Amino acid sequence: MKLTKVTKSFGTKTVLSGLDLTVAKGESLVLVGQSGIGKSVLLKHVIGLLKPDSGTVEIDGEDLWKVSAKDRDRLRRKFGMSFQEGALFDSMSVGENIAFPLTRHTKKTKKEIADRVAECLDLVRLPGIEEKRPSELSGGMRRRVGFARAIALQPEILIFDEPTTGLDPITTDVVVKVIEEMRARLKPSAITITHDLKVAFGIADRVGLLSGGKILVDMTPKEFEESKDPRVAAFVTGDSELAPPEVEPERRKAATAAEAHP
Amino acid sequence: MNAVLEFFGRGSLRVIEGVGRFFVLLGMTMRGVVSPPFSPVATARQVVRVGVDSVPVVLLTAFFTGGVLALQTFKGFQRFHAEGYIGSVVALSMLRELGPVLTGLMVTGRAGSAMAAELGSMRVTEQIDALVSLATDPVQYLFVPRVLASILVVPMLVVLADAVGIMGGYLVAVGYLGANPVVYMNNTFQFLSMEDMTSGLIKAAAFGFLLSLVGCQCGYDTQGGAEGVGLSTTKAVVMGSLAILIADFFLTKVLF
Ligand SMILES: Nc1ncnc2c1ncn2[C@@H]1O[C@H](COP(=O)(O)OP(=O)(O)OP(=O)(O)O)[C@@H](O)[C@H]1O
Ligand SMILES: [Mg+2]
Repeated sequence: MKLTKVTKSFGTKTVLSGLDLTVAKGESLVLVGQSGIGKSVLLKHVIGLLKPDSGTVEIDGEDLWKVSAKDRDRLRRKFGMSFQEGALFDSMSVGENIAFPLTRHTKKTKKEIADRVAECLDLVRLPGIEEKRPSELSGGMRRRVGFARAIALQPEILIFDEPTTGLDPITTDVVVKVIEEMRARLKPSAITITHDLKVAFGIADRVGLLSGGKILVDMTPKEFEESKDPRVAAFVTGDSELAPPEVEPERRKAATAAEAHP
Repeated sequence: MNAVLEFFGRGSLRVIEGVGRFFVLLGMTMRGVVSPPFSPVATARQVVRVGVDSVPVVLLTAFFTGGVLALQTFKGFQRFHAEGYIGSVVALSMLRELGPVLTGLMVTGRAGSAMAAELGSMRVTEQIDALVSLATDPVQYLFVPRVLASILVVPMLVVLADAVGIMGGYLVAVGYLGANPVVYMNNTFQFLSMEDMTSGLIKAAAFGFLLSLVGCQCGYDTQGGAEGVGLSTTKAVVMGSLAILIADFFLTKVLF
């Protein structure tokens, strides 16, 4: 999977500017970066939810935006994506949510699907909640169901947008273990966004730091942890003094003023 | 002056953009209708939803409209001693015009707005993105069952509305204005032709198509959070109603 010179703006705001990124088969990339910097936007380019203003996105050598819509859907079938807020279909039960990709894209029988749904819920430690509605779940549970839906088809490429944010340390560990186990078994490629460096170091082959619309650094977890680069160090130690400002100073001032006087 | 020009300029640009988008989505919907996977179950579910949702309000509207038609025509026709024709006027107006239009407007208010709200909240909670990520065409998955169901259901509702409207007229004329029941009934059907019925039903199908596609479009293109969903819902009702009234004029011209 390969992104070349991807640029994306919303109105006058440029979020990605000439971003290059390659993820090899079976490789696990973890993306970190400040909130609002464009991590989710980057992931949406990878799966073709957003079309780049310029630049190309290639999946296994096929340009996502040069092929027909039908082929694009065929390429998307290789992906499993879990969204930051879960994005469960609230007109369906939990079980129907996880069964959705299975009923649509496989010829499995009802029984096989039900078994797979139960298996996926077991994996995320939420057994037996098939009949519940998404609105009855907590935020963390919804995220885990979204995660289960993403892995139901055993995809070749996994995309996780903050799979552990807001989860307690034990459940976080469960999710990390699930990802590790899937990677050991199926060897999928994976892109994971996380703010949790422990998670990042646990599942990453490579860590990328997104800043200023580009992948600023791209190194192994060990290099990342020991890096002297101030921008990386700021992230590892969590020191806002070291971090580059995410917006221009005047706008930051305006934002603070607005927060002070709502 | 400039501000006024700019206001109208921007407004008309937005309208042109919306109409263009309507035809783009129409094309995508038609492609979705003819290519698999087909969705008879989802369509049936929408038939029930659109239909059942709208029955009470459609019937009430039709009943009182039939009644008021009888009252008004009585006032007018009395002046030249043509009270005997009230039944014909009520039946003709219901079948050709008021049945389809009022049903269309009511279903827009109930079901068109509900479609916009549902798709809108799916948009802002990333459920539509999730559909795409699961290799599912959201226009095919969401639009096609709703549009097909509405094209089917609105004519059925119109048949009900016509019947209830004629009944409302009958009750007012016979019960309140003292018309002879047998004469009134004869009059109701005397001048009706099959074509009055079919022209009304063609209109009804067209209105069902318009209100559902406009409702889906407004929801699908929602921007912003909960506020955006509210705006889309309102827009679906306003645009859907306008589309129905404009289409009604041209359809009447063509179908006469
Ligand atoms: N559909 C959109 N329309 C306009 N602006 C958008 C849109 N999507 C994202 N943005 C903007 O792009 C920027 C990056 O957003 P993104 O969601 O990628 O941030 P993020 O890095 O995922 O942050 P977080 O860690 O908080 O999830 C934000 O400033 C946001 O305002
Ligand atoms: Mg994000």
